[in-house]
Amino acid sequence: MTEQATGAHHPQPRARSGAAQQQPATVEHVTGAQSLIRSLEEVGAEIVFGIPGGAILPAYDPMMDSSKVRHVLVRHEQGAGHAATGYAQATGKVGVCMATSGPGATNLVTPIADAHMDSVPLVAITGQVASKAIGTDAFQEADICGITMPITKHNWLVTDPAEIPRTIAEAFHVASTGRPGPVLVDIAKDALQARTTFSWPPHTDLPGYRPVTKPHAKQIREAAKLIAQARRPVLYVGGGVLKARATAELKVLAELTGAPVTTTLMALGSFPDSHPQHLGMPGMHGSVAAVTALQKSDLIVALGARFDDRVTGKLDSFAPYAKIVHADIDPAEIGKNRAADVPIVGDAREVIADLIVAIQAEHADGHTGDYSAWWNDLNRWRETYPLGYTLPEDGSLSPQQVIQRIGQLAPKDTVYAAGVGQHQMWASHFIDYEQPRTWLNSGGAGTMGYAVPAAMGAKAGVPERTVWAIDGDGCFQMTNQELVTCALNNIPIKVAIINNGALGMVRQWQTLFYNERYSNTVLHSGPGSDGTEAHLGTRVPDFVKLADAMGCVGLRCERPEDLDSVIEKANAINDRPVVVDFIVHQDAMVWPMVAAGTSNDEILAAQGVRPDFGDTEDD
Amino acid sequence: MTKHTLSVLVENTPGILARIAALFSRRGFNIDSLAVGVTEHPDISRITIVVNVESLPLEQVTKQLNKLVNVLKIVELEDSAAIQRELVLVKVRADNETRSQIVEIVQLFRAKTVDVSPEAVTIEATGGSDKLGAMLKMLEPFGIKELVQSGTIAIGRGARSITDRSLRALDRSA
Repeated sequence: MTEQATGAHHPQPRARSGAAQQQPATVEHVTGAQSLIRSLEEVGAEIVFGIPGGAILPAYDPMMDSSKVRHVLVRHEQGAGHAATGYAQATGKVGVCMATSGPGATNLVTPIADAHMDSVPLVAITGQVASKAIGTDAFQEADICGITMPITKHNWLVTDPAEIPRTIAEAFHVASTGRPGPVLVDIAKDALQARTTFSWPPHTDLPGYRPVTKPHAKQIREAAKLIAQARRPVLYVGGGVLKARATAELKVLAELTGAPVTTTLMALGSFPDSHPQHLGMPGMHGSVAAVTALQKSDLIVALGARFDDRVTGKLDSFAPYAKIVHADIDPAEIGKNRAADVPIVGDAREVIADLIVAIQAEHADGHTGDYSAWWNDLNRWRETYPLGYTLPEDGSLSPQQVIQRIGQLAPKDTVYAAGVGQHQMWASHFIDYEQPRTWLNSGGAGTMGYAVPAAMGAKAGVPERTVWAIDGDGCFQMTNQELVTCALNNIPIKVAIINNGALGMVRQWQTLFYNERYSNTVLHSGPGSDGTEAHLGTRVPDFVKLADAMGCVGLRCERPEDLDSVIEKANAINDRPVVVDFIVHQDAMVWPMVAAGTSNDEILAAQGVRPDFGDTEDD
Repeated sequence: MTKHTLSVLVENTPGILARIAALFSRRGFNIDSLAVGVTEHPDISRITIVVNVESLPLEQVTKQLNKLVNVLKIVELEDSAAIQRELVLVKVRADNETRSQIVEIVQLFRAKTVDVSPEAVTIEATGGSDKLGAMLKMLEPFGIKELVQSGTIAIGRGARSITDRSLRALDRSA
């Protein structure tokens, strides 16, 4: 996905074009720091989220003069990393974050790990102590290349200023091509300070990096044949389809085959939720129809998905009757968790485009799949077990309803960024995603605190669109400092705090599996000075006051009758960030659910409700 | 579990050994033996890794290794189609009575005596792990004072070279 993943920008010449590379136009005499900023300008980096410090300080001087690269001064490096991720996920371009050595760099570790799990193209640039001091436990020294080795696609330590342009070009190339992912460039302070020359494009050298994007024709034909023969196929669509910008092709493929589609948490928006062939999300909190369709399927066509444990449940009993066509750009994903009958290595867009042609050929030969009996089953499951919720009897706010109304009242093309937990699952269930890149979340790593900085990055990347962060009160307290960044830098995001006063998802597990013993999950109370549970029900912190203190508009909603007016009020404010504290019922739970470690056959549609599949079907 | 010998051609860059060793450990594989050295091309190093795994996890670790940007090529060398060698240096207790017996064993295994002192002889031997194991078993009764072993290195039989194509890739990018 060389071009697609980097968006409108074509940040660097293709690596390994070797001797044919064009001669650089001019050679500029600069410092290493200037060379870095010039390189970022040339690769098309338009925004950098970061915080300066000792080792990276030289880079911040020429940064001040750049008219092409905008720097956003965040309040914590973790915010810089997630902002760069949110920017990348919303725009499809490479996100860039910057930090100094030592603690600055280690604060990037969580967002880098997060981007690695979700295959987000991210370039992290860190200052390092002077090259002579490396290895001496110098002030603010950390071996960030060693620390991030398992969580980056690749990383570089640069001690020679002449290597800065080449390294930056390679970093952007590796981050954005093949299976995208985070990379880190660690630059020693003396390399930033030294005199060097700058010319562009640099000569790049990556002989060991050759991602395969073009699928094998024989495998495509084999897959098309299986699709035509199948009786109960499912298209299992993952985040790779979004990254490859293959959503238009996916729609054609789905409608050509007539097969049902399920999109994973990472792929919401890749296929319109309103489409009649959409079954919803698979997995632990997937729809009964999607989970069951995979279980009863005779052919799963996995496109840019990786059979994650949250999708498969207990692997041994996952989709026992299904043959597997598995297409992914990363060969290591194929056969990792589930053996593939037809493995296809390639970019999702090319795979789907080729599949369309091959299936048309099958159709021309009179081989069309007959899925009518399958659709009878699917429709019955869909109608019997739709996603839903019950309103609290005490008249308090239902978190699901809050999220649903936010989705219904939001302007078209609104981008949503969720934290991690119950609110994330409800946001995946009760908001309709019709467009790609409108749903940002931390899927693989499950990073609480992702939403606010990711929403900030997204809004900076697509300022013309509304960006709602759907956050929990637990998540929000991890990274809300970035609202200050938003307020000061004209990044007017909207934040919905789904405030149930608890770490809701953990509390749900305690309800279901730990005898309702709520150990350390209640956030708005604690042992008082006299040792008893005090402050129960108090508003500590008061999120409205907190929002106000951070330069945002703070609103609160506690009653269902105020819900729409408060959301509309928030939607009407576009000159400042808005935080809405939705006080919701604390006992709401996420359903359906497959308990961890159990088979997807054990899905519960609601608490204590085992779906009746009338197990007399022809499986 | 079966023994597999992987020849991994890598760019000769700092930290590559750490990247490879760390990948094995974090994906849950134990390395039985490992040997690193430069090849006929100064920019390419060759790492020979011996692992004990089933074939499916081996495929996974090979694919993961291939994703490392500095890894150029991975070839599994089958026992039957490759020459595999280890080097052993062993210091054996020896006195006037036992020295000649030890030297006889050394000759039987086509090893070499590389150092002699009144109380010990030091023997250098190369070979496959079976042969070296057999020799060490014979030497054990005399008293092994110190033993050092290299990792296995291996090369395929016949005229074909696994480095040829990787060299060309490297040349193209140079």
